[in-house]
Amino acid sequence: MNTSDHPYLFILLLGLSAVAFALIPLGLAWLWAKKYSPKKENAIKNATYECGLESKGDAWIQFKSEYYLYAIIFLIFDVETIFLLPFAVSFTGLGVGAFISLMVFLFLLVSGLAWAWLKGVLTWK
Amino acid sequence: MIESVNNWLNGLSPAQSLLLFTSIKAVVCFAIMMTMFAYTVVLERRLCAWIQDRIGPNRVGPFGLLQPAADGIKAFFKEEMTPAHVRKVFFTLAPMIALIPAVLNLAVIPFGSTLGKQHMVLADLNVGILYTFGIVSLGVYSIVLAGYASNSKFPFLGGIRSSAQLISYEIAMGMSVIPIFLFVGDLNLNSVIKAQTGTQLGFLPNWFVIQSPMTFLAFCIFLVAAFAETNRTPFDLPEAEQELAGGYNIEYSSIKFAMFFMGEYCNMILVSAMMVTLFFGGWTLPWFGLDHAATTLLGGVLHIGIFLGKVFLFLVMFVWIRWMWPRFRYDQLMDLGWRRFIPLALANILVTAIWLWWQSGK
Repeated sequence: MNTSDHPYLFILLLGLSAVAFALIPLGLAWLWAKKYSPKKENAIKNATYECGLESKGDAWIQFKSEYYLYAIIFLIFDVETIFLLPFAVSFTGLGVGAFISLMVFLFLLVSGLAWAWLKGVLTWK
Repeated sequence: MIESVNNWLNGLSPAQSLLLFTSIKAVVCFAIMMTMFAYTVVLERRLCAWIQDRIGPNRVGPFGLLQPAADGIKAFFKEEMTPAHVRKVFFTLAPMIALIPAVLNLAVIPFGSTLGKQHMVLADLNVGILYTFGIVSLGVYSIVLAGYASNSKFPFLGGIRSSAQLISYEIAMGMSVIPIFLFVGDLNLNSVIKAQTGTQLGFLPNWFVIQSPMTFLAFCIFLVAAFAETNRTPFDLPEAEQELAGGYNIEYSSIKFAMFFMGEYCNMILVSAMMVTLFFGGWTLPWFGLDHAATTLLGGVLHIGIFLGKVFLFLVMFVWIRWMWPRFRYDQLMDLGWRRFIPLALANILVTAIWLWWQSGK
């Protein structure tokens, strides 16, 4: 048994220790605060921070819908990028058919981008 | 003494020695990353001071070298307060998620050749780069959650801006490396390094950054995307002080703020390590036979030193650029990502594929 047999087992262990690494400082600070420095709260300290002005209204404000559109385009493109990687890896061993299908795939990607571009989605207003 | 340790090591079962060595490697790796994090902060503060004709922090320890320890202690003992208006669970979860990907991404980076019989990579995944991109995308959650959970206007705006920026440049970043993998033909990062050994024109390193125009373009796109992904100037819009007062982490203080800070700098270190691995030959140097796996202990240590040295140079560049460049406007940032870099990266893939196809003579 060597390292290369069980890399994913190790990733799992590392993941657990990463969670522990994030939890330990938080936990220690919480314990310290509980025991030695109890909260000294007051209304102003607890207020929403808005550079000294009094906060008006809710934080649930309207925001530009462009953000949402970008998120949707991102979703499509990200998945397609992931499909491109295995293609790239096996590319040199593939024949004409595979090359043409890669081109078609890329064409689909580009046409999607061009469509969004022409629609004006990619222009920040 | 040494002999008895040796005997004990040889007597271990393979599973036990795997566990032992991997945990030692993980702990050492982690310690190195934390040290680098601490001193990158000092470096940043000193370098920025020099650039602005100041002295910078130099009181704690010799030359201010103990400054990170003082900062850490201060952050830890500050009053741990959670404002009343936040969503408590997500508010605590966000700084944790900022840190976890940074630790997880350590796993696949080959930081040296061999040391004794051990390969200097924590987990030699055959899908190396996919794992990296998968984990890097998790970083967005910490910012979105921080912005949402703070229940306050500035963090909300900062968070939403930042997440749009991160996802935009993630695509540019992902597409920019595809030409590299067209050349290499393997997703494992050790194979990427192997493809960069040797020299060209007799003395120049065979690194991907100068191997061909396509890979150079790939590096340029990756570099810019790396700045955007780590929220560094000229793309530090999430933290645009003048507009947002500080972005997604305004409502955070004490240890939670320190965790965001740590995550940010660790990401910078990791993205530097990725650039070194993908474009600058990883732990290799093309001269004096330093591009082959080490056979001696000294050679192994030297390789790790080379890797860390290259990462350090990138970190200096990150810091330097921060104090030299103004910030982009948000519409310019989105334009650059979507209308310049993504088409450019796509064209780069196309040209590389045609070039390789033509080369193979099919």
